[in-house]
Amino acid sequence: MSLWSRLANVFRSDGLRREIDEELASHIEEAVGQGRDPVEVRRAFGSPLRLREASMDIRHFGWLDSLRADAVFGWRQIRKTKVMSATAILSLALALGACTAAFRLIDGLFLRPLPVAHPEQLYALSREGYIQDGKPSVSEWWGNADFRRMRAAVKGTAELIGISGAERMDLTYRSDREMERAELQYVSGWMFQSFALRPALGRLLTEDDDLKPLAHPYVVLSYEYWTRRFGRDPKVIGRTLTIGRKYGIGSDLFQIIGVVADGFTGTEPGKTPDMFIPTMMSALLTRPEAGWLRTFVRMEPGVAQEPVRDRMTAVFRASKEGVIDTNDRLRQTLLMASAAAGVSGMQKDFGLPLTALGLLVTLVLLVACANVANLMLAQAAARAREMALRVSIGAGRGRLVQLVLVESAMLALLAAAGAALFAGWAAPFVVGRIHPADNPARLPLPGDWRVFGFGLALTLGVTVLFGLAPALRASAVRPSSALKGGDDPQSRHRLMHLLIAVQAAFCFVALFGAGLFVTTFDRLSHRSTGFSSERLVHLDALAEHAEPEAFWDRVTARLRRVPGVEAAALADWPLLGGGWGYHNISVNGSHPTDEQIAWFLNVSPGWVDTMNIPLLDGRDFRAKDISPVAGVGTGAAIVNIAFARKYLSGANPIGRWFEARSTGYWPDMRFQVVGLVRDATYRFLREPVLPVVYIPFHRTNDDGTLQARVEGTFVVRTTDPDPLALAPILSQEITRVLPGSRIRGIRTQNEIIESQTVRERLLAMLALFFAVVVLALAGIGLYGVLDYSVFQRQREIGIRMALGAQAGDLVRRVTQDVFSMVLLGATAGVGFSMASVRYIETLLYGVKPADAAVLGLPLIAIPVAAVIAALPALTRAVRTDPIHVLRAE
Amino acid sequence: MPKSDALQGSLDLLVLKILSRRPQLHGYGIMAAIREASGDVLRAEEGSLYPALHRMEEAGWLRAKWITKDTGRRARIYELTAAGRKQLAAEESRWEAVIAAVTRVLRTA
Repeated sequence: MSLWSRLANVFRSDGLRREIDEELASHIEEAVGQGRDPVEVRRAFGSPLRLREASMDIRHFGWLDSLRADAVFGWRQIRKTKVMSATAILSLALALGACTAAFRLIDGLFLRPLPVAHPEQLYALSREGYIQDGKPSVSEWWGNADFRRMRAAVKGTAELIGISGAERMDLTYRSDREMERAELQYVSGWMFQSFALRPALGRLLTEDDDLKPLAHPYVVLSYEYWTRRFGRDPKVIGRTLTIGRKYGIGSDLFQIIGVVADGFTGTEPGKTPDMFIPTMMSALLTRPEAGWLRTFVRMEPGVAQEPVRDRMTAVFRASKEGVIDTNDRLRQTLLMASAAAGVSGMQKDFGLPLTALGLLVTLVLLVACANVANLMLAQAAARAREMALRVSIGAGRGRLVQLVLVESAMLALLAAAGAALFAGWAAPFVVGRIHPADNPARLPLPGDWRVFGFGLALTLGVTVLFGLAPALRASAVRPSSALKGGDDPQSRHRLMHLLIAVQAAFCFVALFGAGLFVTTFDRLSHRSTGFSSERLVHLDALAEHAEPEAFWDRVTARLRRVPGVEAAALADWPLLGGGWGYHNISVNGSHPTDEQIAWFLNVSPGWVDTMNIPLLDGRDFRAKDISPVAGVGTGAAIVNIAFARKYLSGANPIGRWFEARSTGYWPDMRFQVVGLVRDATYRFLREPVLPVVYIPFHRTNDDGTLQARVEGTFVVRTTDPDPLALAPILSQEITRVLPGSRIRGIRTQNEIIESQTVRERLLAMLALFFAVVVLALAGIGLYGVLDYSVFQRQREIGIRMALGAQAGDLVRRVTQDVFSMVLLGATAGVGFSMASVRYIETLLYGVKPADAAVLGLPLIAIPVAAVIAALPALTRAVRTDPIHVLRAE
Repeated sequence: MPKSDALQGSLDLLVLKILSRRPQLHGYGIMAAIREASGDVLRAEEGSLYPALHRMEEAGWLRAKWITKDTGRRARIYELTAAGRKQLAAEESRWEAVIAAVTRVLRTA
């Protein structure tokens, strides 16, 4: 009760004060009325002021009252200097918001523990020394056979959980025949139990649901998918669906058995699987050489890692199933890394970019802090007399520090409110742009106590950062000199000048980084692809059943006759479209090494022409050219220059022979080169040109007959500049010829290329945005400092003018110090940028730090911004009216 | 003549006791009552009385309210609360214990 009434009294302290005064006055009156001498009564009372304050202290919280008074006063200050306050709040809000948004992304992707029981016991198993794309690398993918054997070997000390990568698959619910897509993940049946997850509906998968290949066609839905797709319909249990005919799964009719409880969004940050299926239902079970399961190790409490890993290593190396080259396995070592926050490809792709982004927004925050500190320092100096007055009537140093800090905290809190809004919008905005629109990244970003705590800590830290210097400066005031009219004005500028230099340095770093990313994006998106992407559209077709090659050829022929079509052809997948495949290459019977690989693509006659890849020598495919099956027959091949140079010594490749094999598992396929084409980008825009072999679209079976195909991608070049305009007609033609077929996706080649630069565009966009913000903030800061310094030196300037100083001389005097600080800061920025650029090298493409374009941007932008920021103050200095100024004294 | 120092630690007790016998006194009234009841020996000074009153009010032992006197002026009068009564009992017994102890010391020493 006492606490409450004292708290309440803080907010009615004026009334309280009056009440106490009245009570004391009534006492004196009473005493006088009783016949006592008024003078004596007053003397007995002592100082009424002291008495009142003693009572005030008892009846409320003194410190809280002073805080309240400071807040009221601070609010008045903030409103008095509206422009300055608005600038400070806006820049702080932007900087705080950007930092909080960056934190949300980093937290969501890397830090937030998985919503499962004991995430700290989870480790991800990977192997080093695995040969991929002809190079040793680290793989996190495991085959089912290895996974099961390792699980059995460590039973009792650790549990192994296999989880495939989440992938989008075509599926159809039996009741409504429409094909749709959902993100699907194969998981060990015992995953749910091991993670201690509960069903929201029905039941979850168990170990018994993951025993025999193709025997457990069950599906568990994610809560989010259940909500989105079915509106939480409880009748969803028992519904059947067809999934992924693409892989020819034996039993493709699945049944929904349950929904996992809300909160579990999978173990792959950046993706939120819609449904979970037992690993035993994967078509990849039939390919023992394929690695497709991420292996999570859940350590039993108190078990050492080393022995568990050694046992798994022994089992892995001894394994023979699906392994041709056992030496390959001896080269590999097993690694275990904490997987408390999950494992995903997005973590790999965005670790460095997010770190760079985090550093950038930290720069923004520091510049904003320096800015506000400078503005407040200027204000503190302008308020020196007020502070001096406060000191002379008895305010303590602590009290003055509190006064200024409270004002800073109010600015920061107002900014934090704006920051919360900004971060709430910015984080999902960035996530939405991480992937191309047709395959969005999904990263849950809950605004919970983690984010709130971070924001609060940041706000408090920032308050101290920008508020402490002005507060100490204000409290260090010496009344005798301040009230006399100010001491040496130069002495107070040192800190402000230092901050200007720091801002210039940060400015340079931010602009330099932005220059690097923008140039990277520019170079990458203007990289020559080796083919023409204009007016090119790809239609990804899926037939109901495998159709003989004649059907596919007939479609191509029909498409060529559609008005508005310039050329049409057929391929397995579009260049740069996300598909790839490679074989080891052997020429003249040599044993291929791991590095001797070439990349393959099946294409129909006319494809080279449709893509506008110049044929340099030889001929295009003909209708009767076919791809051989391994070990049977020979096939025709068109190779690119890179291939000819690497394997056929460049000269005259037409008519030469070579063999291809799949990483040693199957007998060779023999090819004869019939054509030579110019190099074209194959898989990634960033990659150097790869040795590529184009082989005929149609393949033979083991018995020499032609293979029927279930899918293929038609590529069409239209005469109309917008190829999508023709897409409906093209789709119609395809589905009319191919029985029961569907068009899975329609993408223009330009779209495909753009989707390869999504990350670079995002980085360039964000870096440029923040660089501009930093530049603007630094400009505002510079303006504030100069404006203040001109104001401070009014008298000096007036006297100089009265003595006949020229405008140029005045300008030089006012700007000299500040501009040399800018120069100093920028120079420091150059050094820092050059030293740190190697950490982001992997994010760059075709750009060197010493490039004129990259160095030029900050070197021009900073001086220009400095001059613009200086102009108003200089104008004022030059326009100073000496008579007016000197008379005012 | 005992100074107010003699009242150290017993001012609360006196105020509570006075108010338990004669509720609804204002500050001056309490001061006068203490002097009267002690035969002009004990005197509560204004400088310590009011802070003590306010402290006890915040502690919840006293309740205060404003009344308008016959002269038209307002006065702030105090009365005991239930908590104040409890406190008075506690203070009284503590006081008696102290007195007894002091007396014992005087007798035996």
